[in-house]
Amino acid sequence: MSEQIDQAIARKYEAGFISDIESDTLPPGLSEDVIRHISAMKEEPEWMLEWRLRAFELWKKMPEPDWAHIGYDLIDYQSISYYSAPKSMKDKPQSLAEVDPELLRTYEKLGIPLHEQEMLAGVAVDAVFDSVSVVTTFRAKLEEAGVIFCPISEAIKKYPELVKKYLGTVVPRADNFFAALNSAVFTDGSFVYIPKGVRSPMELSTYFRINELNTGQFERTLIIAEEGSYVSYLEGCTAPQRDENQLHAAVVELVALDDAEIKYSTVQNWYPGDENGKGGIYNFVTKRGICEKNAKISWTQVETGSAVTWKYPSCILKGDNSVGEFYSVALTRGMQQADTGTKMIHLGKNTKSTIISKGISAGRSSNAYRGLVRMGPNADGARNFTECDSLLIGDQCGAHTFPYIESSNPSAIVEHEATTSKVSDDQLFLCKQRGMDAEKAVSLIVNGFCKEVFKELPMEFAVEAGKLLEISLEGSVG
Amino acid sequence: MLSIKNLHANVEDQNILKGLNLEVGPGEVHAIMGPNGAGKSTLGYVLSGRDGYEATAGNIDFSGTNLLDLEVEERAQAGLFLAFQYPVEIPGVSNMEFMKESVNVIRKARGEEPLSAAEFLKKAKAAAKQVNLPLDFLKRGVNEGFSGGEKKRNEIMQMILLEPKLCILDESDSGLDVDALQVVANGVNSQRDGKRSFIIITHYQRLLDYIKPDFVHILADGKVAKSGGPELAKEVEKTGYAWLEKAGEKAE
Ligand SMILES: Nc1ncnc2c1ncn2[C@@H]1O[C@H](COP(=O)(O)OP(=O)(O)OP(=O)(O)O)[C@@H](O)[C@H]1O
Ligand SMILES: [Mg+2]
Repeated sequence: MSEQIDQAIARKYEAGFISDIESDTLPPGLSEDVIRHISAMKEEPEWMLEWRLRAFELWKKMPEPDWAHIGYDLIDYQSISYYSAPKSMKDKPQSLAEVDPELLRTYEKLGIPLHEQEMLAGVAVDAVFDSVSVVTTFRAKLEEAGVIFCPISEAIKKYPELVKKYLGTVVPRADNFFAALNSAVFTDGSFVYIPKGVRSPMELSTYFRINELNTGQFERTLIIAEEGSYVSYLEGCTAPQRDENQLHAAVVELVALDDAEIKYSTVQNWYPGDENGKGGIYNFVTKRGICEKNAKISWTQVETGSAVTWKYPSCILKGDNSVGEFYSVALTRGMQQADTGTKMIHLGKNTKSTIISKGISAGRSSNAYRGLVRMGPNADGARNFTECDSLLIGDQCGAHTFPYIESSNPSAIVEHEATTSKVSDDQLFLCKQRGMDAEKAVSLIVNGFCKEVFKELPMEFAVEAGKLLEISLEGSVG
Repeated sequence: MLSIKNLHANVEDQNILKGLNLEVGPGEVHAIMGPNGAGKSTLGYVLSGRDGYEATAGNIDFSGTNLLDLEVEERAQAGLFLAFQYPVEIPGVSNMEFMKESVNVIRKARGEEPLSAAEFLKKAKAAAKQVNLPLDFLKRGVNEGFSGGEKKRNEIMQMILLEPKLCILDESDSGLDVDALQVVANGVNSQRDGKRSFIIITHYQRLLDYIKPDFVHILADGKVAKSGGPELAKEVEKTGYAWLEKAGEKAE
C-alpha cells in the first residue's frame, strides 16, 4: 500500500481558473510613492496616510522572520505589485446591476452567488477581488440591526473615529515584519461593528480572491464586538493556478468587549502550487483577538491551500473569565509547507483556553504546529487544554509539534496532549474490503480524524470543508 | 460459487499457501480448522485481495469471474465479505457513516439505488438488534474502544447489512462468551438462504454445534490436509492435530 501512497500526487485545484478582467495595476515596486498612490486611490484622509508611512518606516528596519519550520525562496518585495483593481470598479458601481458581469461570474463559478435572492439566506458576503471590495450584500438588513459590515476602505472614510480607535491596537504596526508590511500597503478587507447587546442577525462572510499576476494581496480586517454582542464571521480564499508564487500578507484584528463573543471561521484554499512545488501562494498572516471581561473569541480554521502557510490566530485573554478557542485542521500535500498554530495569552483571572489542532500531511509536505500558552502573573486559576494530533498519509511527509508553555502563575493549569498516527494499511484494507475505493477510504478516515474541528464550523461551511478535504486528497493514494 | 485450484501464495516472499484446493457450492457452509500458522487467515486475505498477499500459482473462480483479476473493492462489490480476526479501529468515523457508505457503494455496484438515510437507519437498527449491540454502537467510532467480543459482533452486523454472496468468517467465535457465541451463530444462521455460502475459520468445534457445516476441512502447512463432514471437527476436538505430523512423516 505505502508504495501506492508514495506515487506522485495528481493534483486537482478547482478554483484555479483565471478571470479575464481588465485591471488597473500598479507597476511592481514598493516605495513611499507607492503608498501615497494607494492612499490617494482610496481617497483616504491624511491620518491614514501618515499611519501607513510610519508602518513603512518601521518595516524597512525589520528583518524577515526565519524561525518558522518552512523554507522558501527569498521574496523580492520590489517585484510585487501592491495594487490591482478591476477597471470597472473605478466608476464605483452603486448596485449589483452596475457590477461587471464577469466579476459576478467569477464568484458564481466559485460557488458564491452575489445576488441576494440566490444566496444562502442568513449569510452576508463581502467579496474582495485583488485589492478592492466588489460588493457587500445584505447591507440594508444589517443596518436595521445597527450592524456595520463594509469594506475597510469605506469604513476609514465613513467611520474614522471607530477605525482610529481600534486599528493597530491588537496587532501593532511593529508587531512583526508581515504585519508592518500590511499596515503600510493594505488595500481592502472587511470592517465589522456590532453595537452593544446586538446579536448579528446573520452570519457575515468575506470571500477573498487573488486574480492578477504578480500582485500581492494585503487585506486588513477589523471586527469590533461591543459589550454583550455576538457575531459569527466566515472567511474564504482562492486564487488562480499560476507558476509564479504570489504573496498574501493579511492582518485580522478582533476586539471583543465585555461579555461579547466573536466566532471567526476560515476555509483557506489558496492555490498550493503544483506537485513539484512550483507556484502557489505564500500566506503570511497575523490574526489576533483581544477579549475583555467574560468575552469569548473562537478561531476555527480549515487550511488546505497555499504553498507556504505562516499563521497563528491568537487570543489575548485580558479580561477576567474570558475564553479563547482555537480549532484547526491543516492539510498539506505535494510540496506544501505549513507552520501554523496559535498563541493564548492569559492575563486575566480564570481565563480559559482550548486548542484542538489536527494536522494532516501527505505527499512530501511538511506540517508543523507551533503553539504558545502563556500564563501571566495575574492569571489566577487560568486553564488551558491543548490537543495536538498529527495524521500521516504515506512516509515521505513530515509532522512537527512545537509547543511553548510559559507560566508565571502557579495556580494556572496547562494540559497538553499530542498524538501522531498514520492512516494504516489495516484501516485502508478494511474500508476497501467493505467496497470503498482508496480515495473514499482516505477521505473517510481523514474526516473522522477532523471531526472535533468540523463540528465547530457553521453548518454550510462544515459541508464545504469536508468536500474540500475530499478534493484535496484526490490522488494522494494509489 | 467458489472454486480454488492449486493455489500457491506468498506473504513477504515466504511461501505460505502450497497448492490449496477448495470447492464451495451455493448455500454451502464450509468450516476450516487447523493449527496456528497453517495459513487460514492468509487464505482469507488472498481471497479478498489484500496487498502483500500474492497468489503465485493456481486460480480462483468466483461465480464465473477470475477473482485474482479484481481489486479488493471490486471483490467486495462482487459479494465477497471477510469478517476480520482482528477488526481495526477507525477513530471519529461513526459506525453508521461507515456502514452507510459501504452499503451504498455495494448497492451501486449491483445497480441498485442508494438507501435513504431513513431506510438505512431502519436496517441498521434491526441488524444491531440482531447481534445484540445497543443502538449507541451505531454512533460510536468504528470499533473505537469496543471490547473484543463487541468487535466480532460488529463484523457480523456488517455482514448482515451488506448481504454478501460469500462470507468468510475468520475466527469470529474467538474471545466470545457463551451468549455472544450464540448471537454470532444466530446471525450467521439467519443469513443462510440456500444461496449464500460461508467459509468459517474456527479453532473450536463448539461453534459448529450452533452452525451446522456441510463440510469440514483441516488446513495444514498451506494445504487442505483432510476433508470430511461435521464428524471431522469432533475428531479434532478429541485428538488435536498430532496425527497431521504422523501423516506428514508417512508421506515423506
Ligand atoms: N505479514 C507477514 N509477514 C511474514 N509472515 C507472515 C505474515 N503474515 C502471515 N505470515 C506467516 O504466515 C503463516 C500463516 O499465517 P496465518 O495468519 O495465515 O495463520 P493462521 O492459520 O490464520 O493461524 P492462527 O490460527 O494463529 O490465526 C504464519 O507462519 C505467519 O507467521
Ligand atoms: Mg488466523
